[in-house]
Amino acid sequence: MALLSRFCFCLGWLLLAGWLPATRVQAQNTPPPPDLLGDLERQTTDTLRRELVAATFKGTRIINGHSVETPGGGTLVFLISHRFGTLNSGAYNFFGLDQATIRLGLEYGATDRLTVGIGRSSLDKTYDGFLKYQALRQTTGLHAIPVSVTLFGSSALTSLRYFDGLDHTLPRRLTYTVQALVARRFSPGLSVQLSPTVVHRNLVDTRRQHNDVYALGVAGRQKLNKRTALMLEYYYRLPTTADPSTRNALAAGFDIETGGHVFQLHVTNSQGMIERHFLTQTTGNFFDGDIYFGFNVARNFTLKPRL
Amino acid sequence: MPSCLPSIAGRWGPVLLLFLGLLPHLAAGQARFQTRTGLLSFFSASPLEDIEARSQQTAAVLDLNTRQVAFSLPVKSFQFRRTLMQEHFNENYLESDRYPRATFAGRLLALDEEALRAGGARPVTAEGDLTIHGVTRHVQVPGTLELQNGRLRVLATFNVAPADYQIDIPALVRDHIAKVVQVRLDLSCEAVAATAGAPAPSARP
Repeated sequence: MALLSRFCFCLGWLLLAGWLPATRVQAQNTPPPPDLLGDLERQTTDTLRRELVAATFKGTRIINGHSVETPGGGTLVFLISHRFGTLNSGAYNFFGLDQATIRLGLEYGATDRLTVGIGRSSLDKTYDGFLKYQALRQTTGLHAIPVSVTLFGSSALTSLRYFDGLDHTLPRRLTYTVQALVARRFSPGLSVQLSPTVVHRNLVDTRRQHNDVYALGVAGRQKLNKRTALMLEYYYRLPTTADPSTRNALAAGFDIETGGHVFQLHVTNSQGMIERHFLTQTTGNFFDGDIYFGFNVARNFTLKPRL
Repeated sequence: MPSCLPSIAGRWGPVLLLFLGLLPHLAAGQARFQTRTGLLSFFSASPLEDIEARSQQTAAVLDLNTRQVAFSLPVKSFQFRRTLMQEHFNENYLESDRYPRATFAGRLLALDEEALRAGGARPVTAEGDLTIHGVTRHVQVPGTLELQNGRLRVLATFNVAPADYQIDIPALVRDHIAKVVQVRLDLSCEAVAATAGAPAPSARP
């Protein structure tokens, strides 16, 4: 017992003697400094952390159709969409530039996910209104969501004066579109979107036409550099529902982004810029030169700053 | 009485041993401070447009014993006034997919630890490597430290020139973005034990 206590005593003093110079050494910082940043990174780099995948597309439109993107809460977008005449209309029409179809639109992000929009197309003097809601947003991390899903619903009203003897009441002038936009950003450069769509027309022109047209949109973006991207968009319509005298809408484009603008330049066989037009009234044959050159310009205004 | 000492040691020896073993840990425990929710904001004034952003996810460790400091921040955590600005910041300027973090690793110069423990804000300078957008530069950053109720408050304001970190600003918007961006750091760090690599139990955001 005495031996043990003496041993403890000696060990205690030994430790104390060893500890005192050790603290002095520590204060002088002579031992190699620990890798503080490395420790910090190991602690905070949390691979399980969920993070939103942002900017799947540059704008709220791919070319003719909508993209999964919404402007975000408190942001108002003023959108000018423009299609010239067909390229094959000849030199007399300055290869289409003499003619123009235009749509002016406003869309507002009520929340980060919900957008309300209105627009007016010169084609058939059509007014349109839509709601767009981001139901799912692509994330990385634990329980990652592989795709973004945005639900889209719109109605369009043509205000044309008709002289065909038919009674064009308000319901007969209305068309509805319901869409699920499903997109994935595969890499910083590549994004792909699928858009199953139904267009319902309350009144159709002939008995042979169906009131409902079913379509599947396929679209992709490949960024060329930080501010430009190539776009492709094709809407395949179910042949049993589509009018055989019309065609599927095909479009190719080029996006340029500047400070507060997104410029989209494109070529397409469709003259209309809303679903009701490009899904049911596209007649141009892209490969015969029925190509409309056009552009979308979007200008963002922040009505409610987020800070 | 020479036999007296061993008998005291016999009774208290194990306690003394335990105490001596713990002492370095206690001392070091009060010397290391850490946070994961530090505020970092930056401001750029230009004739056309002011740009401001904030992040509350700055992780930091300060060791008053070794004088070492380290900061790390996910670049995507910055919130802007405008959604489009935030997108441009991540997509075009900071390229957050390629360079997800901004970091600083260095040490405190001329820290009067006794004065700090006596209370009040003490000016300090941190010197070390600031890494933004994958580019590392050796910088000196002035700031203050203050001990408040066992927490270490860290304040610093300094300037960063985007051009120094190869953040390319195209000619078209060059007038919108200031040549020098003012950065403000405001941290409230809690005391932690100095055992390296141990995760802080509660500070997860």
